[in-house]
Amino acid sequence: MRRPLLLAAAHAGHATRAAHAAVIHVPPIRYLSILPVIVMLGGAIVLLAVTSLVKRPLRIRVATALTVVISLSAFGLAWWQWADVMSRGAYTSIDHAVIEDGFSVLITVLVTAAMALSALVAEGYLKREGIDGAELHVLAMVSASGAILMAQANDLIIVFLGLEILSIALYVLTAFNHKRTESGEGALKYFVLGGFSSAIFVYGIALTYGATGTTNLAQIADFLSHNVLVHDGLLLAGMALLLVGFGFKVAAVPFHMWTPDVYQGAPTPVTGFMAAVAKAGGFAAFLRVFISSFGVLSSDWRPIIYVLAIATLVVGAGLAVVQRDIKRMLAYSSINHAGFVLLGLQAASARGVSAALYYLFAYMFMVIGSFAVVTVIGGSGDRAHDIASYRGLARRQPLLAFVFAALLLAQAGVPFTTGFLTKFQVIIASVDAHSVPLAVVAMVSAALAAFFYLRVAVLMYAPGEGRAAEPAPAAELVTVGGPGLPDFGAQAEARGELNAALLLEDAPEPGEETPSRQVPWPAMVAIGICLAVTVVFGIIPAPLVDFAHKATLLFVP
Amino acid sequence: MIHAAYLMALLPLAGFVVLVAAGRRLGDPLAGWVATAAVLGSFVVACIALAGLLQEPASARHFTDNYFGWITVGGLQVKVGILLDPLSMTMCMFVTGVSALIHLYSIGYMKGDPEYPKFFIYLNLFVFSMVVLVLANNLLVTFVGWEGVGVCSYWLVAFWHERDSAASAGKKAFVYNRVGDVGFLIAVFFLFSRVGSLDMPTIFAHRHLLGSGGATFVALLLLLAATGKSAQIPLFNWLPDAMEGPTPVSALIHAATMVTAGVYLLCRVNSILQLSPDAMWVIAIIGGVTAFVAATIATAQQDIKKVLAFSTVSQIGYMMLAVGTGAYIAAIFLMVAHAFYKGLLFLGAGSVIHGLHDEQDLKKMGGLARLLPWTYGTFLVAWLAIAGIPPLSGFWAKGDVLANVWHKSPALWALGVLTAILTAYYMTRLFVLAFHGDRRWAQGTSEHGAAPPHESPWVMRLPLVILAVLAFAGGLLELPWVHTTGLSSWLAPVFAHTLFVDHESAGTQLALVFVDAAAAIVGLVVAYLAWRGPVDKPALEPAFLQRVWFWDDLYDAVIGRPGQAMARIAATVVEGRVIDGAVNGAATLVRRSASGVRRLQTGYVRNYALGIALGLGAVVAFLISRVWWS
Repeated sequence: MRRPLLLAAAHAGHATRAAHAAVIHVPPIRYLSILPVIVMLGGAIVLLAVTSLVKRPLRIRVATALTVVISLSAFGLAWWQWADVMSRGAYTSIDHAVIEDGFSVLITVLVTAAMALSALVAEGYLKREGIDGAELHVLAMVSASGAILMAQANDLIIVFLGLEILSIALYVLTAFNHKRTESGEGALKYFVLGGFSSAIFVYGIALTYGATGTTNLAQIADFLSHNVLVHDGLLLAGMALLLVGFGFKVAAVPFHMWTPDVYQGAPTPVTGFMAAVAKAGGFAAFLRVFISSFGVLSSDWRPIIYVLAIATLVVGAGLAVVQRDIKRMLAYSSINHAGFVLLGLQAASARGVSAALYYLFAYMFMVIGSFAVVTVIGGSGDRAHDIASYRGLARRQPLLAFVFAALLLAQAGVPFTTGFLTKFQVIIASVDAHSVPLAVVAMVSAALAAFFYLRVAVLMYAPGEGRAAEPAPAAELVTVGGPGLPDFGAQAEARGELNAALLLEDAPEPGEETPSRQVPWPAMVAIGICLAVTVVFGIIPAPLVDFAHKATLLFVP
Repeated sequence: MIHAAYLMALLPLAGFVVLVAAGRRLGDPLAGWVATAAVLGSFVVACIALAGLLQEPASARHFTDNYFGWITVGGLQVKVGILLDPLSMTMCMFVTGVSALIHLYSIGYMKGDPEYPKFFIYLNLFVFSMVVLVLANNLLVTFVGWEGVGVCSYWLVAFWHERDSAASAGKKAFVYNRVGDVGFLIAVFFLFSRVGSLDMPTIFAHRHLLGSGGATFVALLLLLAATGKSAQIPLFNWLPDAMEGPTPVSALIHAATMVTAGVYLLCRVNSILQLSPDAMWVIAIIGGVTAFVAATIATAQQDIKKVLAFSTVSQIGYMMLAVGTGAYIAAIFLMVAHAFYKGLLFLGAGSVIHGLHDEQDLKKMGGLARLLPWTYGTFLVAWLAIAGIPPLSGFWAKGDVLANVWHKSPALWALGVLTAILTAYYMTRLFVLAFHGDRRWAQGTSEHGAAPPHESPWVMRLPLVILAVLAFAGGLLELPWVHTTGLSSWLAPVFAHTLFVDHESAGTQLALVFVDAAAAIVGLVVAYLAWRGPVDKPALEPAFLQRVWFWDDLYDAVIGRPGQAMARIAATVVEGRVIDGAVNGAATLVRRSASGVRRLQTGYVRNYALGIALGLGAVVAFLISRVWWS
């Protein structure tokens, strides 16, 4: 039912002119499929318009409330999409440019929820830093709509469109706090390297088009399954370029180097948002393009992902150990997490996709919650990110320390949190796909990663500044470290070699007393939700696992 | 009505949550009242569910409700749901009822304790776990309740953890229970591997898949679990130490409810036990021997609560004996009656201890009858009930067990009767020493101050009175000559094909009844004659019995010392050299190599871009090499 639309005015009496008019076919659109994107983008524009129309800058509270309402309506729409997809099956829309399936809906749910949570976290931040106006929220919503679009894309051009919408807003967001030089520096690096990788990505699209004659993901798959290329160099080169583009976006080693600088420089609420949403959008498209379009070529790309995953796991965990800035540490930890998600991709199976989706979903709550705590602790000027700021936190703010410890342990993969299941599932998927050495590397890296999460947890429960000069007494560590740690610390100290070593070495001379931080209530709500999801679905895993599983069932290659 | 049964578990959980959130603010005594109200609500729900169940015809009294999927991994589907049938209903009735009474009692008993709200937090969590254990429809969920009551027991035994003895008693209880839990877990794994489900009705329906060897294996493993939780030989001697906990805890957890969980578990899996006559014999023998051994030990203990603890072990031995005989209904009957009178005995002992300012030594009591009239009166009922004097509940319940055992094995029956004599003996000894004779607490250096013993407040007396009525009249639940309305007809559908039915002639039954009564009276009279005078009688309290048949020393020599030696080797050699060496070595390696890699992170965009370009080059080179070689 394609309706011809006449570009020229076709009034009743001008039939002759109409005959000459160019005719463009508007494909049928099922609006439900793009409604969340429309709501997020439209909401952003409305918010921007309101900001510019009222005389005084919009109150932050109003802007945040509007943002949360917009995100939650998109969230609700996503669930409507879910019901629709579950009852009627997946479908493509707008001339097969976008696709609506369980996979895309799950990412939409994830992104909209992340948006709402990030807005809550940003509220207190904006107030504290004295930044008026709604621009941060507007940019974040635009960025989120880009991530949703990437998940829905059924065409490489749409993937690129989503990627750019996502990225350009993120560049600006990174530079948002103009009072901090790191912010501008991070943004510039991100922008330059982002431009570089985008160029590579577009070139990849061009080569793929050259090889297959289409940019539509389904048609690429179709083409590849019906044709055997005698000279597939062009196709493989295109695929390699696309892979690098995605690798940059999801921060896989060696395309990761921007991550620590950008994570450190960006305003902390933005960092949490970036870690959750950019990764989700990037991986969504990565999974879809490689598993559905290039599925036939999996024997070509799986070894590459295999190596990338190992590098990402090892470098992420290894470098996180030596960081003393909490944001850099979490940046490397996010690289490590990306390595785990790559395991799901490398498995190239339904189980792998399901595990990767579950990972992204659960990780979103852990990382936004963690960065929310970091935002609070960072204090005025967003500066106090040295790990030292966490020393003795348990004494000053026991609840906050407990929550942070729980979220960090979840990231480390402790049972009864979603963090355990995330790692468990990707590793099982990897073993199922006969990539046992990769699974082993992943487990070793998880053990290594546990170390730097525990380091912060131990520090929080270590004695406060007043007693920092004393050697860390083993007894203090017993209470938090479990049986393994205290001896570790004590022994190391006895030898004088590692000197409380890896635990406290980077920790700072006792300086001025770090003050207690007021936790703004919206941030408290966000942290509470993140912790609740992480723990509740860690104890009762079935609903979330089912969600990811069903989303994968409707994944239309 | 029946479908609201899950509230039985949820109400104590709600109480727990409220107390965790606001316990300190509610304080003493409001926190206690909140906890009591939650458990009382649970009891009301249980009554409503009972009414609903009674309306159904006997054959249809079997309800399962699944609420949500808990774990779904491959073939393992664990659903959280309840199984409500006459067996679990009976358990729920007395668990919630007795718990409510003991909560009420604790409001008075724990008054003034600095950790008052915490006590009720644990108590509510315990009731929740116990109800989960009883109602669970799935063995893994049962295990959650099983561990839940275990950990609550640990917390509550070590409640006064500043005392070293309390802390180590808590640990001992925990460790002994862990040994049993291993049995439970292996049984669960084995059942899953054979049947492919952990859902109890499914397992019972497909029990033939186990084969007779498998059934014996499962039954013995579950027996191991039961010996841990229910304090039977060989894992019985944590229970006396557990008396370090506050007395209401001893009454609730270590007399009335948790320690009977093992018996309940075995009753629950009766259809599996039935497949293995050998395992049944093992259960019966362990039960009979435990009953006898514990009773002998109880005759020589000084501490009032230790006597009661060994008495509990002995009584649960009777229940095991009944289970091993296949007389499940007799076991449940004794369990219910025991909950009444043993709960009452502990609460009465608590009242005495409370009145004497924390004096637990029987030899320093005496002559309390006049001073503590309520306690005395109710304790009298409990004493006669447990001693087996007709027509109190203990007489009927024990008689029911022994009558069944007579049919299975006269030897075990004789052991049971001997135990009955001992039971009457040690209880009379305790009673006489505590309430009659000289007021020994007033003699010598009265370090407790001059304050005379005082009767407890009404919140503590009311539970005593209610339990006394129940302990007196509990026999009405199951009178031997009325089989149509009692527990038998109510529980029969659960045990339909597996129940042992005795077909003794009326004459034999009457003779057995007389033997029971005679045993009780003999024990009672002997003890009275022996203990009414001076209390110092070393001949009647040999060290062998006082030191629990040297059981702890045996464990110390066989397990404790070699274990410590191994631990020492592990700590010095394995931990110090091997593990620490590996850990520190790995840590150094990571640091060194990370510092190397870190140098690549220069901060210059050009280097980052180079990284990307090199990565791209490597990827392309790899693909080209594949094209080349293929």
